[in-house]
Amino acid sequence: MAVLVEFRGVTYQIGGREILHGIDLCVEESETVALLGRSGSGKTTLLKMVNRLVEPTGGEVRFEGKPVTDWDPIRLRRRIGYVIQEGGLFPHATVAENVGLVPKLEGWPKERIRARTMELLDAMGLPAPVYGSRRPRQLSGGEKQRVGIARALAADPPLLLLDEPFAALDPVTRFEMQQRFARLRRSFGKTALFVTHDIREALMLGTRIALLKEGRLEVVAPADEFVQARTPEATAFLATLGEGTLDESHAAG
Amino acid sequence: MLPAEIVRLSAEHLWLVAIAVFAAVVIAAPSAVILTRRARLRRWTLGVVNVVQTVPSLAVFGFLLPLPFLGVGKSTAIVALILYALLPILRNMVVGILGVDAGIRESAVAMGMTGRQILWGVELPLAFPTILAGIRIATVTTIGTATIAAAIGGGGLGTFVFRGIAMADTKTILAGAVPAALMAIAADEALGWIERRFSS
Repeated sequence: MAVLVEFRGVTYQIGGREILHGIDLCVEESETVALLGRSGSGKTTLLKMVNRLVEPTGGEVRFEGKPVTDWDPIRLRRRIGYVIQEGGLFPHATVAENVGLVPKLEGWPKERIRARTMELLDAMGLPAPVYGSRRPRQLSGGEKQRVGIARALAADPPLLLLDEPFAALDPVTRFEMQQRFARLRRSFGKTALFVTHDIREALMLGTRIALLKEGRLEVVAPADEFVQARTPEATAFLATLGEGTLDESHAAG
Repeated sequence: MLPAEIVRLSAEHLWLVAIAVFAAVVIAAPSAVILTRRARLRRWTLGVVNVVQTVPSLAVFGFLLPLPFLGVGKSTAIVALILYALLPILRNMVVGILGVDAGIRESAVAMGMTGRQILWGVELPLAFPTILAGIRIATVTTIGTATIAAAIGGGGLGTFVFRGIAMADTKTILAGAVPAALMAIAADEALGWIERRFSS
Protein backbone atom coordinates (compact mmCIF):
# COMPACT_ATOMS: atom_id res chain seq x y z
CA MET A 1 0.00 0.00 0.00
CA ALA A 2 1.16 3.49 -0.79
CA VAL A 3 2.35 5.81 1.94
CA LEU A 4 0.21 8.94 2.06
CA VAL A 5 1.83 10.82 4.95
CA GLU A 6 5.34 10.39 6.22
CA PHE A 7 7.05 12.04 9.19
CA ARG A 8 10.84 11.81 8.98
CA GLY A 9 12.79 12.74 12.08
CA VAL A 10 10.38 15.55 12.86
CA THR A 11 11.27 17.82 15.75
CA TYR A 12 9.58 20.94 17.02
CA GLN A 13 11.03 23.52 19.34
CA ILE A 14 9.41 26.60 20.72
CA GLY A 15 10.95 29.01 23.21
CA GLY A 16 13.95 26.71 23.75
CA ARG A 17 11.67 23.84 24.70
CA GLU A 18 11.52 20.76 22.50
CA ILE A 19 7.90 19.65 22.06
CA LEU A 20 8.59 16.84 19.58
CA HIS A 21 11.73 14.73 19.34
CA GLY A 22 12.64 12.92 16.11
CA ILE A 23 9.23 11.55 15.15
CA ASP A 24 9.19 8.89 12.41
CA LEU A 25 5.78 7.71 11.33
CA CYS A 26 4.05 6.62 8.15
CA VAL A 27 0.35 6.73 7.37
CA GLU A 28 -0.62 4.39 4.58
CA GLU A 29 -3.56 4.75 2.25
CA SER A 30 -6.96 3.86 3.70
CA GLU A 31 -5.75 3.28 7.25
CA THR A 32 -6.82 5.32 10.26
CA VAL A 33 -4.00 6.21 12.59
CA ALA A 34 -4.85 7.42 16.07
CA LEU A 35 -2.35 9.77 17.69
CA LEU A 36 -2.91 8.99 21.34
CA GLY A 37 -1.41 10.93 24.21
CA ARG A 38 -1.99 13.12 27.24
CA SER A 39 -2.51 16.88 26.99
CA GLY A 40 0.79 18.48 26.05
CA SER A 41 2.27 15.32 24.55
CA GLY A 42 2.67 17.09 21.19
CA LYS A 43 0.02 15.16 19.29
CA THR A 44 -1.90 18.19 17.99
CA THR A 45 1.34 19.89 16.94
CA LEU A 46 2.28 16.79 14.97
CA LEU A 47 -1.12 16.70 13.28
CA LYS A 48 -0.95 20.36 12.27
CA MET A 49 2.36 19.81 10.52
CA VAL A 50 0.62 17.79 7.81
CA ASN A 51 -1.42 20.75 6.52
CA ARG A 52 1.28 23.24 7.46
CA LEU A 53 -0.57 25.03 10.24
CA VAL A 54 2.69 24.37 12.09
CA GLU A 55 6.12 24.05 10.46
CA PRO A 56 8.59 21.57 11.98
CA THR A 57 11.86 23.03 13.22
CA GLY A 58 13.68 19.88 12.15
CA GLY A 59 13.03 16.88 9.92
CA GLU A 60 10.47 16.64 7.17
CA VAL A 61 6.81 15.86 6.59
CA ARG A 62 5.79 14.36 3.26
CA PHE A 63 2.34 14.18 1.73
CA GLU A 64 1.75 12.05 -1.36
CA GLY A 65 5.50 11.52 -1.56
CA LYS A 66 6.38 15.21 -1.70
CA PRO A 67 7.69 17.33 1.20
CA VAL A 68 4.86 19.58 2.36
CA THR A 69 7.19 22.56 2.04
CA ASP A 70 7.30 21.91 -1.72
CA TRP A 71 3.52 22.09 -1.90
CA ASP A 72 1.66 25.31 -2.46
CA PRO A 73 0.02 25.57 0.99
CA ILE A 74 -3.37 26.39 -0.51
CA ARG A 75 -3.32 23.37 -2.84
CA LEU A 76 -2.06 21.14 -0.04
CA ARG A 77 -4.81 22.20 2.37
CA ARG A 78 -7.55 21.74 -0.17
CA ARG A 79 -6.47 18.12 -0.56
CA ILE A 80 -6.68 17.54 3.19
CA GLY A 81 -9.92 17.60 5.17
CA TYR A 82 -9.60 19.10 8.64
CA VAL A 83 -11.99 18.63 11.54
CA ILE A 84 -11.65 20.25 14.96
CA GLN A 85 -13.72 20.32 18.14
CA GLU A 86 -17.15 21.86 17.58
CA GLY A 87 -16.36 21.65 13.87
CA GLY A 88 -14.93 25.19 13.55
CA LEU A 89 -17.98 26.08 11.46
CA PHE A 90 -18.50 29.59 10.10
CA PRO A 91 -21.28 31.07 12.26
CA HIS A 92 -22.34 33.53 9.56
CA ALA A 93 -22.85 30.86 6.91
CA THR A 94 -25.63 28.28 6.61
CA VAL A 95 -24.99 24.57 7.04
CA ALA A 96 -25.10 24.08 3.27
CA GLU A 97 -22.68 26.98 2.70
CA ASN A 98 -20.31 25.57 5.29
CA VAL A 99 -20.32 22.15 3.65
CA GLY A 100 -19.97 23.57 0.14
CA LEU A 101 -17.12 25.89 1.06
CA VAL A 102 -14.11 24.05 -0.34
CA PRO A 103 -15.90 22.98 -3.54
CA LYS A 104 -16.83 26.65 -4.01
CA LEU A 105 -13.21 27.72 -3.48
CA GLU A 106 -12.26 25.08 -6.02
CA GLY A 107 -14.67 26.63 -8.50
CA TRP A 108 -17.09 23.74 -8.88
CA PRO A 109 -20.29 24.55 -10.79
CA LYS A 110 -23.25 25.44 -8.52
CA GLU A 111 -25.27 22.35 -9.43
CA ARG A 112 -22.42 20.03 -8.54
CA ILE A 113 -21.84 21.79 -5.20
CA ARG A 114 -25.52 21.46 -4.34
CA ALA A 115 -25.60 17.77 -5.24
CA ARG A 116 -22.45 17.06 -3.26
CA THR A 117 -23.72 19.01 -0.23
CA MET A 118 -27.00 17.10 -0.26
CA GLU A 119 -25.24 13.77 -0.60
CA LEU A 120 -22.96 14.46 2.35
CA LEU A 121 -25.65 15.89 4.61
CA ASP A 122 -27.77 12.81 3.88
CA ALA A 123 -24.84 10.55 4.71
CA MET A 124 -24.47 12.40 8.02
CA GLY A 125 -28.15 11.96 8.85
CA LEU A 126 -28.84 15.66 8.42
CA PRO A 127 -31.26 15.85 5.47
CA ALA A 128 -30.51 18.98 3.46
CA PRO A 129 -34.14 20.19 3.17
CA VAL A 130 -34.32 20.34 6.98
CA TYR A 131 -30.77 21.35 7.94
CA GLY A 132 -29.29 22.99 4.84
CA SER A 133 -30.51 26.51 5.58
CA ARG A 134 -29.87 26.46 9.35
CA ARG A 135 -27.06 28.34 11.01
CA PRO A 136 -24.47 26.57 13.16
CA ARG A 137 -25.86 28.13 16.35
CA GLN A 138 -29.15 26.35 15.73
CA LEU A 139 -27.43 22.95 15.87
CA SER A 140 -26.58 20.65 18.77
CA GLY A 141 -22.94 19.77 19.48
CA GLY A 142 -23.24 16.42 17.69
CA GLU A 143 -24.92 18.02 14.69
CA LYS A 144 -22.18 20.65 14.44
CA GLN A 145 -19.59 17.92 14.50
CA ARG A 146 -21.34 16.05 11.71
CA VAL A 147 -21.49 19.21 9.60
CA GLY A 148 -17.78 19.69 10.32
CA ILE A 149 -17.04 16.20 9.01
CA ALA A 150 -19.26 16.73 5.96
CA ARG A 151 -17.38 19.95 5.23
CA ALA A 152 -14.03 18.18 5.51
CA LEU A 153 -15.19 15.48 3.08
CA ALA A 154 -16.78 17.87 0.58
CA ALA A 155 -14.05 18.13 -2.04
CA ASP A 156 -13.28 14.42 -1.63
CA PRO A 157 -9.78 14.86 -0.20
CA PRO A 158 -7.56 11.76 0.04
CA LEU A 159 -6.76 12.51 3.69
CA LEU A 160 -8.69 13.60 6.77
CA LEU A 161 -7.08 15.17 9.82
CA LEU A 162 -9.17 15.21 12.98
CA ASP A 163 -8.16 17.00 16.17
CA GLU A 164 -10.11 15.54 19.11
CA PRO A 165 -13.26 15.84 17.05
CA PHE A 166 -15.60 14.25 19.58
CA ALA A 167 -14.05 15.43 22.84
CA ALA A 168 -16.61 18.17 23.51
CA LEU A 169 -19.63 15.90 23.13
CA ASP A 170 -21.62 14.19 25.87
CA PRO A 171 -20.73 10.48 26.27
CA VAL A 172 -23.80 9.10 24.51
CA THR A 173 -23.57 11.47 21.55
CA ARG A 174 -19.84 10.84 21.39
CA PHE A 175 -20.39 7.09 21.17
CA GLU A 176 -22.98 7.54 18.41
CA MET A 177 -20.62 9.84 16.52
CA GLN A 178 -17.73 7.41 16.83
CA GLN A 179 -19.87 4.61 15.41
CA ARG A 180 -21.11 6.81 12.61
CA PHE A 181 -17.58 7.92 11.82
CA ALA A 182 -16.32 4.31 11.76
CA ARG A 183 -19.08 3.35 9.29
CA LEU A 184 -18.50 6.43 7.17
CA ARG A 185 -14.78 5.95 7.01
CA ARG A 186 -15.27 2.43 5.73
CA SER A 187 -17.81 3.49 3.12
CA PHE A 188 -15.79 6.49 1.90
CA GLY A 189 -12.49 4.60 2.18
CA LYS A 190 -10.64 7.64 3.48
CA THR A 191 -7.24 7.74 5.07
CA ALA A 192 -7.44 9.49 8.41
CA LEU A 193 -5.07 10.72 11.06
CA PHE A 194 -6.73 11.72 14.27
CA VAL A 195 -5.70 13.04 17.63
CA THR A 196 -7.30 11.78 20.82
CA HIS A 197 -6.62 11.44 24.52
CA ASP A 198 -9.24 8.72 24.84
CA ILE A 199 -7.92 5.18 24.45
CA ARG A 200 -11.44 3.83 23.87
CA GLU A 201 -11.79 6.13 20.89
CA ALA A 202 -8.32 5.17 19.63
CA LEU A 203 -9.16 1.45 19.85
CA MET A 204 -12.58 1.90 18.32
CA LEU A 205 -11.60 4.04 15.34
CA GLY A 206 -7.90 3.49 14.78
CA THR A 207 -6.53 0.72 12.62
CA ARG A 208 -3.21 1.67 14.17
CA ILE A 209 -2.38 3.57 17.32
CA ALA A 210 0.65 5.80 17.75
CA LEU A 211 1.19 6.60 21.41
CA LEU A 212 3.02 9.84 22.19
CA LYS A 213 4.70 10.48 25.50
CA GLU A 214 6.36 13.87 26.05
CA GLY A 215 7.05 14.36 22.37
CA ARG A 216 8.32 10.85 21.63
CA LEU A 217 6.55 7.94 20.00
CA GLU A 218 6.44 5.22 22.62
CA VAL A 219 4.37 2.62 20.83
CA VAL A 220 3.14 2.33 17.25
CA ALA A 221 0.99 -0.74 16.80
CA PRO A 222 -2.22 -2.03 15.24
CA ALA A 223 -5.13 -1.67 17.62
CA ASP A 224 -5.32 -5.37 18.46
CA GLU A 225 -1.61 -5.50 19.31
CA PHE A 226 -1.69 -2.21 21.20
CA VAL A 227 -3.71 -3.77 24.02
CA GLN A 228 -0.73 -6.09 24.63
CA ALA A 229 1.75 -3.21 24.89
CA ARG A 230 3.58 -3.07 28.22
CA THR A 231 5.46 0.22 28.09
CA PRO A 232 4.77 2.57 31.04
CA GLU A 233 2.59 5.05 29.14
CA ALA A 234 0.68 2.31 27.29
CA THR A 235 0.03 0.62 30.61
CA ALA A 236 -1.20 3.90 32.06
CA PHE A 237 -3.61 4.40 29.18
CA LEU A 238 -4.79 0.77 29.17
CA ALA A 239 -5.47 1.04 32.90
CA THR A 240 -8.12 3.70 32.15
CA LEU A 241 -10.12 0.98 30.39
CA GLY A 242 -11.00 -0.36 33.82
CA GLU A 243 -11.47 -3.80 35.35
CA GLY A 244 -11.98 -6.87 33.23
CA THR A 245 -10.38 -5.48 30.10
CA LEU A 246 -6.83 -5.66 31.37
CA ASP A 247 -4.88 -8.58 32.80
CA GLU A 248 -3.91 -7.23 36.25
CA SER A 249 -0.79 -9.35 36.66
CA HIS A 250 0.63 -8.13 33.34
CA ALA A 251 -0.23 -4.52 34.10
CA ALA A 252 1.60 -4.70 37.41
CA GLY A 253 4.67 -6.26 35.75
CA MET B 1 -32.96 82.79 12.53
CA LEU B 2 -35.54 81.94 9.92
CA PRO B 3 -36.74 78.34 9.60
CA ALA B 4 -35.10 78.36 6.19
CA GLU B 5 -31.75 79.18 7.78
CA ILE B 6 -32.18 76.34 10.28
CA VAL B 7 -32.81 73.94 7.41
CA ARG B 8 -29.85 75.25 5.43
CA LEU B 9 -27.42 75.04 8.35
CA SER B 10 -28.73 71.60 9.34
CA ALA B 11 -28.04 70.38 5.83
CA GLU B 12 -24.58 71.93 5.95
CA HIS B 13 -23.98 70.30 9.33
CA LEU B 14 -25.07 66.92 8.06
CA TRP B 15 -22.85 67.34 5.02
CA LEU B 16 -19.78 68.10 7.21
CA VAL B 17 -20.47 65.01 9.34
CA ALA B 18 -21.14 62.76 6.35
CA ILE B 19 -17.91 63.74 4.60
CA ALA B 20 -15.85 63.41 7.77
CA VAL B 21 -17.25 59.99 8.73
CA PHE B 22 -17.03 58.71 5.18
CA ALA B 23 -13.41 59.85 4.86
CA ALA B 24 -12.57 58.35 8.26
CA VAL B 25 -14.01 54.99 7.14
CA VAL B 26 -12.05 55.13 3.89
CA ILE B 27 -8.82 55.88 5.79
CA ALA B 28 -9.50 53.45 8.64
CA ALA B 29 -10.47 50.37 6.62
CA PRO B 30 -7.14 49.59 4.91
CA SER B 31 -5.20 50.82 7.96
CA ALA B 32 -7.15 48.49 10.25
CA VAL B 33 -6.45 45.50 8.02
CA ILE B 34 -2.73 46.28 8.03
CA LEU B 35 -2.75 46.86 11.80
CA THR B 36 -4.37 43.49 12.52
CA ARG B 37 -1.38 41.87 10.80
CA ARG B 38 1.32 43.79 12.72
CA ALA B 39 1.16 43.83 16.51
CA ARG B 40 3.88 46.44 17.11
CA LEU B 41 2.63 48.90 14.54
CA ARG B 42 -0.83 48.40 15.99
CA ARG B 43 0.20 49.40 19.52
CA TRP B 44 1.99 52.50 18.25
CA THR B 45 -0.72 53.66 15.89
CA LEU B 46 -3.61 53.15 18.30
CA GLY B 47 -1.56 54.94 20.96
CA VAL B 48 -1.01 57.96 18.74
CA VAL B 49 -4.64 58.06 17.60
CA ASN B 50 -5.70 57.81 21.25
CA VAL B 51 -3.59 60.84 22.14
CA VAL B 52 -5.08 62.87 19.28
CA GLN B 53 -8.48 62.06 20.72
CA THR B 54 -7.61 63.56 24.10
CA VAL B 55 -6.69 66.97 22.66
CA PRO B 56 -9.65 69.35 23.13
CA SER B 57 -11.45 69.79 19.84
CA LEU B 58 -11.21 73.57 19.83
CA ALA B 59 -7.42 73.26 20.20
CA VAL B 60 -7.25 70.88 17.23
CA PHE B 61 -9.12 73.38 15.11
CA GLY B 62 -6.65 76.01 16.31
CA PHE B 63 -3.61 73.87 15.49
CA LEU B 64 -4.85 73.19 11.97
CA LEU B 65 -5.49 76.85 11.09
CA PRO B 66 -1.86 77.82 10.30
CA LEU B 67 -1.30 74.75 8.08
CA PRO B 68 -0.94 75.35 4.33
CA PHE B 69 -3.95 74.52 2.11
CA LEU B 70 -6.26 74.64 5.14
CA GLY B 71 -6.73 77.97 6.87
CA VAL B 72 -10.11 79.28 7.92
CA GLY B 73 -13.03 77.40 6.44
CA LYS B 74 -14.66 74.10 5.74
CA SER B 75 -11.58 72.08 4.81
CA THR B 76 -9.93 72.68 8.20
CA ALA B 77 -13.16 71.75 9.93
CA ILE B 78 -13.42 68.54 7.94
CA VAL B 79 -9.80 67.54 8.62
CA ALA B 80 -10.32 68.01 12.36
CA LEU B 81 -13.57 66.05 12.30
CA ILE B 82 -11.89 63.22 10.41
CA LEU B 83 -9.18 63.05 13.09
CA TYR B 84 -11.87 62.71 15.75
CA ALA B 85 -13.95 60.16 13.87
CA LEU B 86 -10.89 58.06 13.11
CA LEU B 87 -10.26 56.55 16.55
CA PRO B 88 -13.57 54.82 17.27
CA ILE B 89 -13.79 53.56 13.70
CA LEU B 90 -10.21 52.33 13.51
CA ARG B 91 -10.26 50.78 16.97
CA ASN B 92 -13.52 48.93 16.41
CA MET B 93 -12.34 47.61 13.05
CA VAL B 94 -9.14 46.29 14.61
CA VAL B 95 -10.91 44.84 17.65
CA GLY B 96 -13.62 43.31 15.48
CA ILE B 97 -11.18 41.58 13.14
CA LEU B 98 -8.90 40.39 15.94
CA GLY B 99 -11.93 39.18 17.88
CA VAL B 100 -12.77 36.51 15.31
CA ASP B 101 -12.62 33.15 17.08
CA ALA B 102 -9.22 31.45 16.69
CA GLY B 103 -10.83 28.09 15.86
CA ILE B 104 -12.84 29.65 13.04
CA ARG B 105 -9.78 31.39 11.63
CA GLU B 106 -7.74 28.21 11.89
CA SER B 107 -10.33 26.15 10.06
CA ALA B 108 -10.48 28.83 7.36
CA VAL B 109 -6.71 28.53 6.89
CA ALA B 110 -6.86 24.73 7.06
CA MET B 111 -9.49 24.59 4.33
CA GLY B 112 -7.12 26.34 1.98
CA MET B 113 -8.62 29.82 1.96
CA THR B 114 -6.19 32.53 0.88
CA GLY B 115 -5.51 35.54 3.12
CA ARG B 116 -7.78 37.66 0.96
CA GLN B 117 -10.60 35.10 1.04
CA ILE B 118 -10.34 34.89 4.82
CA LEU B 119 -10.48 38.68 5.11
CA TRP B 120 -13.54 39.14 2.90
CA GLY B 121 -15.30 35.86 3.59
CA VAL B 122 -14.68 35.38 7.29
CA GLU B 123 -13.06 38.26 9.17
CA LEU B 124 -15.01 41.23 7.80
CA PRO B 125 -18.46 39.58 7.92
CA LEU B 126 -17.86 38.43 11.50
CA ALA B 127 -16.42 41.81 12.53
CA PHE B 128 -19.20 43.73 10.81
CA PRO B 129 -21.42 44.42 13.86
CA THR B 130 -18.39 45.71 15.80
CA ILE B 131 -17.26 47.85 12.85
CA LEU B 132 -20.75 49.29 12.51
CA ALA B 133 -20.83 50.10 16.24
CA GLY B 134 -17.61 52.10 15.76
CA ILE B 135 -19.10 54.03 12.85
CA ARG B 136 -22.18 54.73 14.95
CA ILE B 137 -20.16 56.12 17.87
CA ALA B 138 -18.07 58.20 15.48
CA THR B 139 -21.15 59.62 13.73
CA VAL B 140 -22.88 60.62 16.95
CA THR B 141 -19.80 62.28 18.45
CA THR B 142 -18.96 63.99 15.15
CA ILE B 143 -22.43 65.55 15.04
CA GLY B 144 -21.63 67.12 18.42
CA THR B 145 -18.06 68.10 17.62
CA ALA B 146 -19.09 69.62 14.30
CA THR B 147 -20.89 72.44 16.12
CA ILE B 148 -17.47 73.70 17.17
CA ALA B 149 -16.40 73.82 13.51
CA ALA B 150 -18.34 77.07 13.18
CA ALA B 151 -15.65 78.73 15.31
CA ILE B 152 -13.22 78.48 12.41
CA GLY B 153 -15.69 79.21 9.68
CA GLY B 154 -16.79 75.65 9.08
CA GLY B 155 -20.47 76.54 9.09
CA GLY B 156 -23.15 74.16 10.25
CA LEU B 157 -25.43 74.42 13.26
CA GLY B 158 -22.56 75.73 15.39
CA THR B 159 -23.11 79.04 13.58
CA PHE B 160 -26.28 79.54 15.65
CA VAL B 161 -24.57 78.43 18.83
CA PHE B 162 -21.69 80.90 18.49
CA ARG B 163 -23.98 83.68 17.30
CA GLY B 164 -26.25 83.02 20.28
CA ILE B 165 -23.32 83.12 22.69
CA ALA B 166 -22.12 86.42 21.19
CA MET B 167 -25.60 87.93 21.44
CA ALA B 168 -26.31 86.28 24.81
CA ASP B 169 -29.49 84.96 23.19
CA THR B 170 -30.62 81.55 24.43
CA LYS B 171 -33.15 81.14 21.62
CA THR B 172 -30.44 81.43 18.98
CA ILE B 173 -28.23 78.93 20.83
CA LEU B 174 -31.14 76.49 20.99
CA ALA B 175 -31.80 76.95 17.27
CA GLY B 176 -28.39 75.31 16.76
CA ALA B 177 -28.29 72.93 19.71
CA VAL B 178 -31.73 71.34 19.36
CA PRO B 179 -31.44 70.32 15.69
CA ALA B 180 -27.92 69.01 16.39
CA ALA B 181 -29.18 66.93 19.30
CA LEU B 182 -32.10 65.58 17.26
CA MET B 183 -29.71 64.75 14.44
CA ALA B 184 -27.49 62.82 16.86
CA ILE B 185 -30.43 60.86 18.27
CA ALA B 186 -31.73 60.06 14.78
CA ALA B 187 -28.31 58.90 13.60
CA ASP B 188 -27.87 56.76 16.71
CA GLU B 189 -31.27 55.13 16.23
CA ALA B 190 -30.82 54.51 12.51
CA LEU B 191 -27.33 53.02 12.80
CA GLY B 192 -28.36 51.06 15.90
CA TRP B 193 -31.20 49.55 13.93
CA ILE B 194 -28.86 48.45 11.13
CA GLU B 195 -26.44 47.07 13.73
CA ARG B 196 -29.14 44.95 15.37
CA ARG B 197 -30.27 43.60 12.03
CA PHE B 198 -26.78 42.36 11.23
CA SER B 199 -25.81 41.01 14.62
CA SER B 200 -28.84 38.74 14.96
